[in-house]
Amino acid sequence: MRQESGMTLIVKRITRITVSLIFLFGIYIVLHGHLTPGGGFAGGVIIALSFIHLVLAFGKKVALKRISEATISAFESIGGVFFWSIALGGLLFSGVYFLNFLPKGEAFSLFSAGTIVFCNIAIFLKVGAGLFAIFVALAFLRMPDDPKEGGKAA
Amino acid sequence: MLEHHVIILLMIAGAIVAMELEDMLSSVIALGAVGIGLTLEFLLLRAPDLAITQLVVEILSLIILIRATVGVKLPPEKVKGRIGYFLFAVVFVVAFLVFSYRALGALPAFGAPVMKMGSLYVKEALARTGAANIVSAIILDFRGYDTLGEATILFTSVIGVLAIVRKVGRKQ
Repeated sequence: MRQESGMTLIVKRITRITVSLIFLFGIYIVLHGHLTPGGGFAGGVIIALSFIHLVLAFGKKVALKRISEATISAFESIGGVFFWSIALGGLLFSGVYFLNFLPKGEAFSLFSAGTIVFCNIAIFLKVGAGLFAIFVALAFLRMPDDPKEGGKAA
Repeated sequence: MLEHHVIILLMIAGAIVAMELEDMLSSVIALGAVGIGLTLEFLLLRAPDLAITQLVVEILSLIILIRATVGVKLPPEKVKGRIGYFLFAVVFVVAFLVFSYRALGALPAFGAPVMKMGSLYVKEALARTGAANIVSAIILDFRGYDTLGEATILFTSVIGVLAIVRKVGRKQ
């Protein structure tokens, strides 16, 4: 069977195994951002890397069928609005912008630290979607007047 | 202190190599060496949050740079008036070193902060926010404004990239 797009069969097989592990690790980093090193930004980049892994191994068409450009854009916007609404929630519920208005909970447990968990999730959505969008744009959307002839001549 | 000096010298060497190489791919790889050196430096200075973020961002930017620059060979640039540029660079470097020598001498000693806000954060972060990771407590609770600004910067940069490389609506 001929490969229509992407890399070889070996890479595709291994990618199927590793992508979910990378994705899970990203989720772990995000959700434990208030307990262990990491947080929304690092976790978001890891999630974006797992999708990039998929794109590099399977080619653009197969990967973008699972998560389309409209979905990426929606996730990015949802992340931004979510983060801002957390800030507004502080203003609404306790009168101070960005105040941690949720109960703090018990230290060192997963459900603690009030709004910090939700801030992490919002930043994760924003960073993951945004960086993946940048990758897709830079790697695949070629400009029509791309200076290809300069590369050939040199 | 020796390992810091070794890593910093390697990073400077990597940066110079990245600038001087003609091949884009080798140049990008040399740039990756600089990033890995920075990650090691963060780890040695006991900043695992920064080390994780630096490492994953370095991988991402390496992938983007390789994907965007592989096969692209820039035409050799002809610089006119090299002596002028060289003199300007020397003057700038000397001025930078003199001013940084005087400014860094006035800073508190390494690892001995006297900042009031910083010590307040360290003392009260767990009690006030309930977050065991003090870095998260600072960037998402005490300094939420900064993080909102960073999110805005990221949003703007994504919009900028998409606006520059888009296909739809571009006039031929």
